[in-house]
Amino acid sequence: MLRYALRRIGLMIPTLVGLSVLLFVWVRLLPGGPERGLVPPGASPDDIDRISAVYGFDKPIHVQFLTYVKALASGDFGLSIRTNDPVFSSFFDRLPATIELTVCALVLATVIGIPLGYVAGRRQGSWLDSAVVSASLVGVVTPVFVLAIGLKYVFPLELGLFFTQGRESRGSQNEHPTGFYLLDGIITGNLDAFTDATMHLVLPSVALASIPLAIIVRITRAAVSEVIHEDYVRTAQAKGLAASVITRRHVLRNAMLPVITTVGLQLGLLLSGAVLTETVFSINGIGSYLFDAIGNRDYPVLQGYIVFIALMYALVNLAVDLSYGIIDPRVRVP
Amino acid sequence: MSARHLRRSVLFPAVASVAVLGLVACGSSEPPPEADGDVEEQSTEAEGECQEYVEAAAEAPEGGDDTFIFAGSADPATMNPYFANDGETFRVARQMFEGLVGVEPCSADPAPLLATDWETSEDGLSTTFTLQEGVQFHDGTPFNAQAVCDNFEWMNNQPAGPSQSPANSYYWDKLYKGYGDDSIYESCETDGDTGVTISLNQPFAGFVPSLSLPAFSMQSPTAIAQNGTVQDGGNPMTTEYATNGPVGTGPFQFESWNRGQEVTLSAFDGYWGEPAETQNIVVPTISDLGARRDALLAGEIDGYDLAAPGDLPKLEEEGMQLVNRPPFNILYLAFNQSPSSGAPLDDLMVRQAIAHAIDKEAVANETLPPGSAIADQFMPASVAGYADDVTTYEFDPERAEELLAEAGAEDLTLDFNYPTDVSRPYMPDPVATMNVISTQLEDVGITVNPVGDAWDPDYLEKISNSSDHDIHLLGWTGDYNDTDNFLGVFFGGETKEWGFDNPEIFDALTEARGIPVPEEQIPLYEDLTREVMEFLPGVPIASPVPTLALGENVSGYIPSPVNDEVWSSVVVGE
Amino acid sequence: MSRHEATAVATTIAGGDEGPGESLWQGAFKRLRRNPMAIVGAFIVALFILVAVFAPLLTPYEPESREWTNLSTNIYVQGPTGEHPLGIDAFGSDMLTQLIYGARQSMIIGVVSTGIGLSIGAFLGLLAGGLGGWFDTIIMRFVDVLLSIPSLLLAVSVAALIAESQFGLMLAIGLAQVPIFARLLRGSMMAQSRSDYVLAGRALGLKRRTLVLNHMLPNSLGPTIVQATLNLATATIEVAALSFLGLGGDKPYVAEWGRMVVEGEGKITIAPWLPFYPGVCIAITALGFTLLGESMRTALDPKQRR
Repeated sequence: MLRYALRRIGLMIPTLVGLSVLLFVWVRLLPGGPERGLVPPGASPDDIDRISAVYGFDKPIHVQFLTYVKALASGDFGLSIRTNDPVFSSFFDRLPATIELTVCALVLATVIGIPLGYVAGRRQGSWLDSAVVSASLVGVVTPVFVLAIGLKYVFPLELGLFFTQGRESRGSQNEHPTGFYLLDGIITGNLDAFTDATMHLVLPSVALASIPLAIIVRITRAAVSEVIHEDYVRTAQAKGLAASVITRRHVLRNAMLPVITTVGLQLGLLLSGAVLTETVFSINGIGSYLFDAIGNRDYPVLQGYIVFIALMYALVNLAVDLSYGIIDPRVRVP
Repeated sequence: MSARHLRRSVLFPAVASVAVLGLVACGSSEPPPEADGDVEEQSTEAEGECQEYVEAAAEAPEGGDDTFIFAGSADPATMNPYFANDGETFRVARQMFEGLVGVEPCSADPAPLLATDWETSEDGLSTTFTLQEGVQFHDGTPFNAQAVCDNFEWMNNQPAGPSQSPANSYYWDKLYKGYGDDSIYESCETDGDTGVTISLNQPFAGFVPSLSLPAFSMQSPTAIAQNGTVQDGGNPMTTEYATNGPVGTGPFQFESWNRGQEVTLSAFDGYWGEPAETQNIVVPTISDLGARRDALLAGEIDGYDLAAPGDLPKLEEEGMQLVNRPPFNILYLAFNQSPSSGAPLDDLMVRQAIAHAIDKEAVANETLPPGSAIADQFMPASVAGYADDVTTYEFDPERAEELLAEAGAEDLTLDFNYPTDVSRPYMPDPVATMNVISTQLEDVGITVNPVGDAWDPDYLEKISNSSDHDIHLLGWTGDYNDTDNFLGVFFGGETKEWGFDNPEIFDALTEARGIPVPEEQIPLYEDLTREVMEFLPGVPIASPVPTLALGENVSGYIPSPVNDEVWSSVVVGE
Repeated sequence: MSRHEATAVATTIAGGDEGPGESLWQGAFKRLRRNPMAIVGAFIVALFILVAVFAPLLTPYEPESREWTNLSTNIYVQGPTGEHPLGIDAFGSDMLTQLIYGARQSMIIGVVSTGIGLSIGAFLGLLAGGLGGWFDTIIMRFVDVLLSIPSLLLAVSVAALIAESQFGLMLAIGLAQVPIFARLLRGSMMAQSRSDYVLAGRALGLKRRTLVLNHMLPNSLGPTIVQATLNLATATIEVAALSFLGLGGDKPYVAEWGRMVVEGEGKITIAPWLPFYPGVCIAITALGFTLLGESMRTALDPKQRR
């Protein structure tokens, strides 16, 4: 197991190296050259010189690359052109909001998706199955932001339910020790804050969960229906094992493999979806930060984000691979 | 999959969609009321409306909610207003800071604030102020003549580097022309605790009115000395003072700034004037206009600025209050007389033709808020140098075609630059305005090529730093009542935006600016505006009415043409 | 070995239920014809293509015509009327016309970007799978790097470089699809290199290039087409998302569904149908491609042919 883990980790490294090279090249391809890209508009020639010195644009290319790598490794991604804040710290300040939203969406998608998919898989061809399949098809093809806009219009504005923006009611002045509002509500014993935060999370989570939900339902359904027809399930049935035992011990466990892989791989989709959802619902996470950075041509922020997100993505993929290795021993054999 | 299965899995969503489509599709909205009347009439009307708000504020009920939530469209740049020039930073700064001079309610004229009286010398070089007594800063530091001098000395003696960059210290740089010995600021002398004389080394007639700018607010010298100073080359925007500890004399004091999220203020007990009605202020940042509107409709905020004209009917329908600011701005279509495209905009006949092709009333009716005033020169009627006999160019498409033919420009093609996705007080919906004008130009045979760019930095860069544009839309909200604050800003010298070199106009402006006494300036400015409208560097279109949207239970909000809106009289009812 | 023989061998290996002399393709087509999902999907796709191609003939108005004088302004927006069956959009253009031209736009962008992704990806995958060894390692590492960035971010960074032109958009989306095709082709190549007919071909002395180009590549065609169809669905949605983020090119007039949703959202409180119509179009088109792609995959799937 350890060798497998080490191998997987080892494979990650060249990917990250490749990524930093790519980014290095990207910054230099930006219109106006790297100096323009990393320097705020309206900066005086003195400012430009100063920043060039910091990044070493006047030095030979290999020195530049080394400086760049060193900066990346130490977490120095420069300052946002817009706010002059260090990109690194801004990222971590806003990360809890996105993690909270993403986790809620994933939980929602899994908790609803797996049972739905299981039921549909067991009863293929039935009413329920058709409804589930069509709903999941619609979920996959409806763009997240269209759904988000629709939800925002229907619920708070027409029906007066839930909220159109933010993570908590403005002016609440609640304490936030961890930055995860749900957690904070619990930790500080403030039930109102917890409820408020939950109510604010409902619509964005639903919007964000739509696509992963649809995918999880379909994968689960397919996996379950496949497993059910396997010989060993029929054997178990012939042996007279109770249906629930069959379900638990055989069907679910074996069907879960592709499901787990899928759940893990949803992260990429969720991160992209988060950009759109956070923008529509004015949530202050990394997604909306990215949206602002795009609009402001804030290249240091864009660069930092790509690195961070790629890193997170790689870590999650690693976790999925490792868990796969735990669940299915066959994978570990090269 | 069986056919039955098919029916169910595809027909469901199909039927459902059609049903929803049907429900949603039937509908249309109301046409807007029309704008008409002459320019000066409309201006006084708006002012009258504003006075009603002042009266209503005096009668507003006491008590109410303890928090007023007003959404800003962008995060403030800093908490130290000296280093800012954007409306959102100033919106927050005005609650916490005051200057020596304020503004008369509903106008752009100076009024006493921290200074109760002032007198300017004959030569216009020094002004002596009598200060309000019993004023203290939020941190307990007394406000007195010494504090005033400390402020001016600090403003003038900024260290080298970003502190002196016009991108940061915009207003000081523009009006005082420099720092240390290079600026027009000379000295400051105290006379006891309540007398102070400020001397300049060049006359600056707009000196007193300019002191109402938030950038020149009085800040606590103690706090600045402790947390707000930097060395040469240091970044003044990252000091503790600028991010976390601004100290002024205003009715509200700083509580916290959660960057990108919201600013929180609370009422200051030791305020020298009428105490604030509402205890807490929250200014959340909601950058999307639609999101601000939705938040107000859903009751999550109590108000926001610059409601889009398209949203007004819905807001009114839902019981929101629409508060109009008396306009103190100007929206214009600018001509670039040296465009890189080579379009013949330097030909006066071509410019006149375009002016005659534009139906300003239609533009206002269709794309500007109701009540907007049509403009006939490059400043609103309430500005001191306004002349009511300037050359006007009536809507006359035939005359436009004649002029184009005479100029030999029948198949004129123009790039029409405009900003995408932004809303300015003078230009609430640039795309719509551009569209209407385009259609009018095409009606007289001009081929229009719309070129859109993101407002910041692309559009601004393109029209102010390059010649890569033919005609474009822009505007300006005045800071205080001074023609120089309009004409001077536009035509003070040769610029890439307008692309012309007209020494007559430039020199006349410089001359007028140098006259120490405002009364003597006015005739000169009136001549200037007449000359400008003869020269026709662009077509002034209108002074749109910026509209605030407030919740139905909000009272006591007093709008100001120059955005000098302090919320101490605001009450959020039950 | 001729192509026909190789295909027949492949079919035999897979053990499908095709009749004698029936190729993989003919069998698949028969299955598709019976599958209602495929029919619906094909219908939608065909409709989409027809509308996109014949746009000028179908629309009552010019795509860039705007009506300003009395019918519409940004202040009020018309719903359906006799002259404008679906109403008027935020710019004064006829909604139906804009939707139809939007279809054309989506088709162009979808086809070009998937084409870019397919050609580059397939090329890389062929090299990696066909040549193996160092080529494989290097190319797949590069693909992993591309995969490590969520496709939206990838599209955004490319768009930042190419200053938001239409082509930049297509390139961005196309690049995001490269890894998928690369993996697909590589996997197919590798699976086939172990199959009997390839070994036989090698034993017979066939050149590597002949094997790859004349035999292995055509056998990979099936899954590639399926993937391309599914990617067209994704591309349609991604274009809309990128427009939403403001990366869709500068002219607001280019009728494009994503852009229409964005503008419509601003006016949603007075005219909720504005973002709704283009949103539904995006969803239905994506649905069509998805249904078609999924059913093709099922039709070509060896397991289903038992």
